[in-house]
Amino acid sequence: MVLGIYPGCSLKGSSREYTESVLAVAKAFDIEIKEILDWNCCGATAAHNLSKELALALPARILALAENQGLDEIVVPCAACYSRLSGTQHELNQHPELKSKVVEAIGMEYKGTVGILNIVQMIDKYITPNIESKIVKPFDHKLACYYGCLLVRPKEVLKFDREEDPQSMDTLMSKLGAKPIDWAFKTECCGAGLTMSRTKTVARLSGEIVKDAADRGAEAIIVACPMCHSNLDMRRKEINEYNDQKINIPVLYTTQAIGLAIGLDRESLGLQRHFVKVEI
Amino acid sequence: MSADTHHKTTKGLSGEVLEHTGVKVDKCYQCGKCTAGCPMASEMDLAPSYLLRMLQTGDAKLEEQVLRSFTIWVCLTCEMCYSRCPMSIDIPKMMDFLREKSMKEKKASKKAKEIIAFHKSFLSSIEKTGRLYELGLTLEYKARTMSIMQDVGVAPAMLSRGKLHILPELIKGRSAVSSIFDKTINKNKK
Repeated sequence: MVLGIYPGCSLKGSSREYTESVLAVAKAFDIEIKEILDWNCCGATAAHNLSKELALALPARILALAENQGLDEIVVPCAACYSRLSGTQHELNQHPELKSKVVEAIGMEYKGTVGILNIVQMIDKYITPNIESKIVKPFDHKLACYYGCLLVRPKEVLKFDREEDPQSMDTLMSKLGAKPIDWAFKTECCGAGLTMSRTKTVARLSGEIVKDAADRGAEAIIVACPMCHSNLDMRRKEINEYNDQKINIPVLYTTQAIGLAIGLDRESLGLQRHFVKVEI
Repeated sequence: MSADTHHKTTKGLSGEVLEHTGVKVDKCYQCGKCTAGCPMASEMDLAPSYLLRMLQTGDAKLEEQVLRSFTIWVCLTCEMCYSRCPMSIDIPKMMDFLREKSMKEKKASKKAKEIIAFHKSFLSSIEKTGRLYELGLTLEYKARTMSIMQDVGVAPAMLSRGKLHILPELIKGRSAVSSIFDKTINKNKK
């Protein structure tokens, strides 16, 4: 089967191991992934903070490119991009007057019909049904599944998992042989886009998340968003300073956990690129 | 203020919020759940529920204070408030509108200058190349905020892990993207 992908900027740079693991896992399950050609940035936090029209037009161009390419369904592994693309589609479907403005701005036809899947939805739809027979090394670890904000909120738009104590990633990890823990920070924000402009804030928010996971005995934190990953992993020095405690538990993408369970090579999953060593 | 203005907020800033976002601030009954769940409340000058109450009054001075507040910039749009609001008030959507208006009217809080510098550096990178050029963003942000030494230790660690590109990725549709900027955020600048 063929599935489109919108990687987004982080997945091409600071979170390239997320792309590597998505592609490695997709290949193992015979899913053909086609990148949207000539895609642009979705605008992220910066665009919606400063201009509503820009924040709708940038994702609209991406979705229009996917339509032009004949892609009916795309996976958006970055939870933040997934939120911007889904939010735009929702907003433009509801407000025809906005849609015509945006179509004018992008200078392209836009129908708004592309199916948008986040990483967990993609896995549930195309990987989970065939996963059992492929597991060679059960991922037998205590895990804190961290959803963050934009994978589940707002439910009015995303219609995905429940907003308080979501379960989709926990269920998925259980299927790999893991033991997901109950913990308090599943959907608390990591500080996201303030990582450079207010690093101390990010150290506090991400610090609380990492500490709760560690206190409850998690051996790793599982994420589905490159921003969550970079804050919890690349900011570990600041996090440890905030907590005044050295916490070494690694942060893995869902796709890296699957890759390990089905016996893929660690390097093909990009585990060597993490700041916090992955020793599980 | 007469007694019946308490829930009539179709004029003033709350009226503009309603017109541009569909968000009705007068539905708020001050339960405080947004503030209780907000991860940034402790760093804000106005708690989210307090800000909503200020808009409900329709008082021009309080509205001015909202537009000049630090709160609207330090809000992460994490959507926690919206998911817990018993009246389903889309506070994050309202925050986006308030930020845009605050910026247009040059009322942005001085305390938010680093946050805004980051957003501007981010957008300028996309406007030029179509995609985010992480190294370019970092350098422009440092120049805008004079924070040359910030995170100097992170870059080499990212480079050695193959996480930082030296050169930007240039998309073919750069003119299409810059035209999107001209027709939206830059349309009143020229």
